[in-house]
Amino acid sequence: MEYHLKTPVLEKEIRKLKVGDLVYVTGTIITARDEAHLKSLELHEAGEELPVTFTGNGVFHCGPIMRKDNAGEWQVVAAGPTTSARMEIFQDKFIETFKPALLIGKGGMGDRTSKACQTFGCVYGAFTGGAALLAARGIKKVEDVHWLDELGMPECLWVYKVEDFGPMIITIDTHGGNLTADVGAKVNAVRDRLIEEMEG
Amino acid sequence: MMLEKIIEDTVVEILRIAATELPVEYTEEMNRGMKSTEGTVGKAQLGNILEDVKIARDGSKPMCQDTGIVAFMVKLGDSFPLRSKVKEILVEATKRATEEVPLRPNAVDMFKGNTGNNVGLNGHVPIIYIDLVHGDSLEITTMPKGGGSTNVAAHRMLKPGLGIKGVKQFVIEAVAKAGSLGCPPYFVGVGIGGGEDLCMKLAKNALLKPFNKRSLDPKVASIETELLDKLNQLGIGAMGLGEGPSVLDVHIEMAARHPASLPVGVVISCWALRHAKAKISANGKVEIDKSA
Repeated sequence: MEYHLKTPVLEKEIRKLKVGDLVYVTGTIITARDEAHLKSLELHEAGEELPVTFTGNGVFHCGPIMRKDNAGEWQVVAAGPTTSARMEIFQDKFIETFKPALLIGKGGMGDRTSKACQTFGCVYGAFTGGAALLAARGIKKVEDVHWLDELGMPECLWVYKVEDFGPMIITIDTHGGNLTADVGAKVNAVRDRLIEEMEG
Repeated sequence: MMLEKIIEDTVVEILRIAATELPVEYTEEMNRGMKSTEGTVGKAQLGNILEDVKIARDGSKPMCQDTGIVAFMVKLGDSFPLRSKVKEILVEATKRATEEVPLRPNAVDMFKGNTGNNVGLNGHVPIIYIDLVHGDSLEITTMPKGGGSTNVAAHRMLKPGLGIKGVKQFVIEAVAKAGSLGCPPYFVGVGIGGGEDLCMKLAKNALLKPFNKRSLDPKVASIETELLDKLNQLGIGAMGLGEGPSVLDVHIEMAARHPASLPVGVVISCWALRHAKAKISANGKVEIDKSA
């Protein structure tokens, strides 16, 4: 199935999605990598307000190349997904705390994230890794940037207005499906056989 | 024009080429892979990659936002007029390319944050390997390599008794572990022997060997062929989604080993194996090589 979502996305719409579905998003997505996840959670724990709203929006695992145009406005040069697995160590806590509707990344994520997606109503959409110019095409406006001086261009929060951003393939849904983990299990079974049968 | 300036401009240019123009041999191989992939998911991933590569080439924009840690492999002729100055020029060209291409600032100081210009610390980044060779020319290969596939590199000091069989098993284990994480389909470089450091350097350099050309040593060539076949049996697929090619090429580079050691390095590149080469003569003549 193909879906065109608008942010903020309601939880019941997210729960309709299944592994293998194609998704396009219109609305707000916010880049966040390792440092931005950590800092967001730290601020929340300290009782401080974040400069952005993740709830119902897309969290994009991405460290873009940005450039200021002659008018001094930020423009996207290239903005593909980064390896999401690095965020596995705090993504579940992040989902529980901020309730994003959709994670956008590449390479998939593990059990902890998958469980948090089921419990709190979030999905993972895989965008083709490295396809940074395809991704940039769907970004219509750079609405804001936060923590640039402190975290630097790849790690800070970029707030993008997007239009039919995609396609992303749903690889983690709210029903316990995790396509990348399923493929990984098959790969490991073949690996074990190849290693077992290896000749000198 | 001063030779220094010619070299600096040339290095900025090969960094631009590497970031924006994927060697056509790789795109042709992925195109073949796309045609022979039956599943729509795998086909779509390869289609997205090929479209992205085209936009990059047409618009001279980086094909991937992760323009990597910049590395240079340099062959410096004995009688080339410049010596240590070459290193300074490579550093300056890296800063300029960061602004002009642009490249993403990817050099992070653990205590002070991103240096903002792809240079730092203590003269170690950009990574520069210099070999002294005969002749009066300077050959510079640049290879900016992204973090995703760099993170799935593997290294092990095997027991020599495990022999080549142990090496092949380790390569399969390493690529299976890389799985979906490093943007497959992959290029795999294997370094065997030398020492704990050299095997990794050999593995990284092996990625730069001519595409689809097997080692001149028939024994090594047959291991490359065997690994290419077996690694594709793993079924990782494009982007780790289980469809399409897993590995596009495998190269092995060997060195002698210590009798008690069998060092093995596995360096993996994402589909975007970006590199470009320039040869600069003492008289300032420049030849650029974009081939795979």
